[in-house]
Amino acid sequence: MSYGVEFRNITKRYGADPSGPLAVKGISFGVEKGTLTTILGPSGCGKTTVLRMIAGLESPTSGQILMEGKDVTTLGPAERNVSMMFQSYALFPHMNVVENVGYGLKMSGVPKAEVRSRAVDALKNVGLVGYNERMPSELSGGQQQRVALARALVLEPGVLLFDEPLSNLDARLRREMREEIRALQQRLSLTVAYVTHDQSEALAVSDLIIVMNDGLIAQSGPPQEMYERPDSEFVAGFMGEAMLFPGESKSDGRVQMGPLIITPKQPVVAGAVKVAVRPEAWQIDRNGDGVTGKLIKSSYLGSYFEYTFDTVLGNIFVVSPDLTDVLPLGTQVGLSLANHGVSVVKLA
Amino acid sequence: MNKNPNKAVRFWLVTGALAYLIIPWYAIQDTAWYSVLLQILGGAETANGVVQAFVNGRIWLLCGVLGLGIAAIGLAVPPGRPQSIWFLTGGLGGFAGLLGCGFLIGATGWSFDTFNAVFGELAVNQFGMGIGGFIALMSLLMISAFGLARLGYFKGDLFVASAVIGCSTLLAMFIAFPVVKALYSAFLDPEGHFALLAIFRRIGDERIWGLGCLADGVRCGVAWNTLFLALCVALGTTVLGTMMALLAERAAGPRVQTPLRVVALLPIITPPFVVGLGLILLFGRAGIVNQFLEYAFDIEPTRWFYGVLGVWIAQMFAFTPIAFMIMRGVVQGLAPSMEEAAQTLRADRKQTFFTITLPLLKPGLANAFLVGFIESIADFGNPIVVGGQFSVLSTDIFFAIVGAQYDQGRAASLAWILTLFALGVFALQHALLGKQQYTTVSGKGDSGIAMPLPDAVRRTLNAVVYPWLAFTMVVYLFAFIGGFVQTWGRDYTFTLVHFKTAFGLEWGQFGLVWAGTAWNSLFTTLKLAGISAPITAVVGLLIAYLLARTDFKGRGMFEFVALLAFAIPGTVLGVSYILAFNVPPVELTGTGLIIILCFMFRNLPVGVQAGTAAFKQLDKSLDEASLMLRASTAQTLFNVVLPLLKPALIAALIYSFARAMTTVSAVIFLVTAENELATTYIIGRVGNGDYGVALAYCTVLIILMSLIIAMIQYLVGERKLGRRKTGAAPTVLAVN
Repeated sequence: MSYGVEFRNITKRYGADPSGPLAVKGISFGVEKGTLTTILGPSGCGKTTVLRMIAGLESPTSGQILMEGKDVTTLGPAERNVSMMFQSYALFPHMNVVENVGYGLKMSGVPKAEVRSRAVDALKNVGLVGYNERMPSELSGGQQQRVALARALVLEPGVLLFDEPLSNLDARLRREMREEIRALQQRLSLTVAYVTHDQSEALAVSDLIIVMNDGLIAQSGPPQEMYERPDSEFVAGFMGEAMLFPGESKSDGRVQMGPLIITPKQPVVAGAVKVAVRPEAWQIDRNGDGVTGKLIKSSYLGSYFEYTFDTVLGNIFVVSPDLTDVLPLGTQVGLSLANHGVSVVKLA
Repeated sequence: MNKNPNKAVRFWLVTGALAYLIIPWYAIQDTAWYSVLLQILGGAETANGVVQAFVNGRIWLLCGVLGLGIAAIGLAVPPGRPQSIWFLTGGLGGFAGLLGCGFLIGATGWSFDTFNAVFGELAVNQFGMGIGGFIALMSLLMISAFGLARLGYFKGDLFVASAVIGCSTLLAMFIAFPVVKALYSAFLDPEGHFALLAIFRRIGDERIWGLGCLADGVRCGVAWNTLFLALCVALGTTVLGTMMALLAERAAGPRVQTPLRVVALLPIITPPFVVGLGLILLFGRAGIVNQFLEYAFDIEPTRWFYGVLGVWIAQMFAFTPIAFMIMRGVVQGLAPSMEEAAQTLRADRKQTFFTITLPLLKPGLANAFLVGFIESIADFGNPIVVGGQFSVLSTDIFFAIVGAQYDQGRAASLAWILTLFALGVFALQHALLGKQQYTTVSGKGDSGIAMPLPDAVRRTLNAVVYPWLAFTMVVYLFAFIGGFVQTWGRDYTFTLVHFKTAFGLEWGQFGLVWAGTAWNSLFTTLKLAGISAPITAVVGLLIAYLLARTDFKGRGMFEFVALLAFAIPGTVLGVSYILAFNVPPVELTGTGLIIILCFMFRNLPVGVQAGTAAFKQLDKSLDEASLMLRASTAQTLFNVVLPLLKPALIAALIYSFARAMTTVSAVIFLVTAENELATTYIIGRVGNGDYGVALAYCTVLIILMSLIIAMIQYLVGERKLGRRKTGAAPTVLAVN
């Protein structure tokens, strides 16, 4: 197994005080070569610190960082084969587009003519032609983004890092750039570590998602597994919407949740558990069985409806794609669970 | 990838070796080191390090060679942690050995009597360290820094490691060491033995602490004089400076902006005592006012102006502009939305002003007060020019050193009082403000519009500030005119004879002759200030960079020492230099180098401040992006940071140059006949009552400095940022 980047028991503490709190509390993971790994988490969870430690902009308090099997823990950013795209793009305001893109080559001592031709190629690669002599301040947000991407790519880094690259773009452009980054990564089979707090962005681009919480890895896995089989309350809540209900795991492996019986996908120990249910996992049946609920709130969101039902399990939030059969307030229905979007998690 | 991780190490190893081989080791008396380059293989004084060690028997010099040798072994080890042991042992060992021997063995053998007793008299002595010794020490130090970096400190960055270690050593060597050594000498009795009570015998007398003035009008002690004057000046300049700043930013139209800017610039480019001279022409015994009184009312002219009143007024004129500049920056930094918020919460303009605007200015006020206080206690020019019988600590220290009494211990003891005053106010400021942060400037634009001042406030400001400005202009005008009249008070005919005396040019037998008496001092000043200014600016910005952008163990201590340089009055620094650097290993007294160093470390805080302010406006991700693109830290500094810091660089250059040209208090101890400076020359002329020449010289200085500043600005140029116009606020500098 060859990892582009590997973390071994990394901790990080800011400040000199040895009794101070840890920002990263001992994490280990690997980013396989040629794949895109997303580090996802709420703000303050330590995900940016992790990225900056891969970059070499911060050094870990303890532990080891390996790149392609080599220990790089004490090396500075220039001595690692990485490059990074910053959230603010960090384009040098006193250099034009080509100078910005060619900067890294120039600093590595590449001859002048080659610097220019490779910079122009890189710009072509990200679809930015005809802006070579512009200053960064004369470009739109999306164009600046492409310049930053070209600047990071031109060095053909072993590992490419993205720090919330899409957060400064509007919704439409965001999807376009997201698809472009993924396409580029697969075409050039780049090893990428990608930090974001947006779970839908993470689901869309990743080969592997690492969810961090409070300086630790909460769970990691491929996108679909992360969404459908979260193993903790936190991950369930962070990877999209989920409601948690108390349940009781029985000796036969099934779980009782109020009047409903669930067969969990992975085996659970008998005793009290919690069941995380995605709002789209509820099936509404006007006169069916399951939990009886009375519609008390309803909002129309264009492509779907959001309903809230009053039931014995408390208020239940449901997303319904059914736009033809609209329920009026006060309707009594039966709610049952589909065989996706339901998972049993440990007690928090 | 970095192709050659050991490049820097190799460079310093070779430099260290060359320092032993091709340049003289010890300081050369009476001539420059480069003029004896041909005699480095012989001569007890001029030989290089290797010859000194083997031929002249100064065998201890070899510990540096040994250190370099050990460090060189590290090159054979793969780059990374294993190298650190070699670099550290070699570098630190060599450094400590060389420096230790420097302190232990002086011009008369062992420097300490105990060693004579234990090891017997030493046959060979050694002189002050010269260029060779200095460079060898520096190489060893840099190699130790690389060792630390390889160990994982400073994030493994060789450049940051060497910059931190280098700057700390400079600060320790040229600020902490001399000040501590000088202050320590206050505890030595006249025979040089340690006596804790010596300081009290020296300064515990009536002349310093007497309180006679409170009871029956007899003079008070010098310490009380200084404290009282400084408090009055700090208070006065803070109040006036704030008023000017509020007027300039909030009430004045575009027409008065230019005179305000000129007033703010004048004290930077003029020696501080010019105001004193101008005031003498107005209020002195032969001044206009006294003459008018005699003419109109037959009142006998007296020296009523000389004394505490005169010094206070002179310092008010000299230092108010500094408070003005500080407060102007603070007023500009107030977010108008705060005031708008207050007004929407039903406060009228007057209530808003007194409950929001003024309280937000508090940190600025404290800063202006501190700077005013330190300027006042360190000022030497004004007390000596208009002080008359009124003496303050800085003048007393001067007379203790250069006067007939020549009493180092007394000077050191007085320096203690001065330092304690300064540190006291410094500590008070920090205690009062604590960690309060009222920085209201953020990266986000504030779309609010500043509130116009309440009418009553505006009227008060108008009534105070405009007359003050007019008066300042009058004082400078008189100082200017004074250079063009025969004898002030008696003969007001126009003449250029003063300029001719000072700056006469003649055609002699061998061409142009610089016949004027002032040329020599002018050239010396220009040369020394010109050498020191770029170094000050660069080192200052480097320290600012380290403080703003890097994080390392001991950063707090580093910051503290850099800050401390603010609080040390120039007089104390000057005294420290003369007391600390007159014996080996650093023997500099009487040279131009000591003046350059003094300029440098006295003005360093200004460079640091200009840089720190600029770094706050520069997005950190720009330098990180450069680092990620495989640029080394040094390349990042040159290609990204420096071009974007041009305004700060210009500011630091101009300030350090101008202040080097105009400073008096620190260098007055260090000048010699061959290294006379412009300011000390002028003070000398004033001492002889030769006001015409003194004022003519001041005029020339002011014009010259304006030209040079314009030239620096033209040469360094504007930064190129494309079409975006950044409305960057002018960098605010607290001038100390």
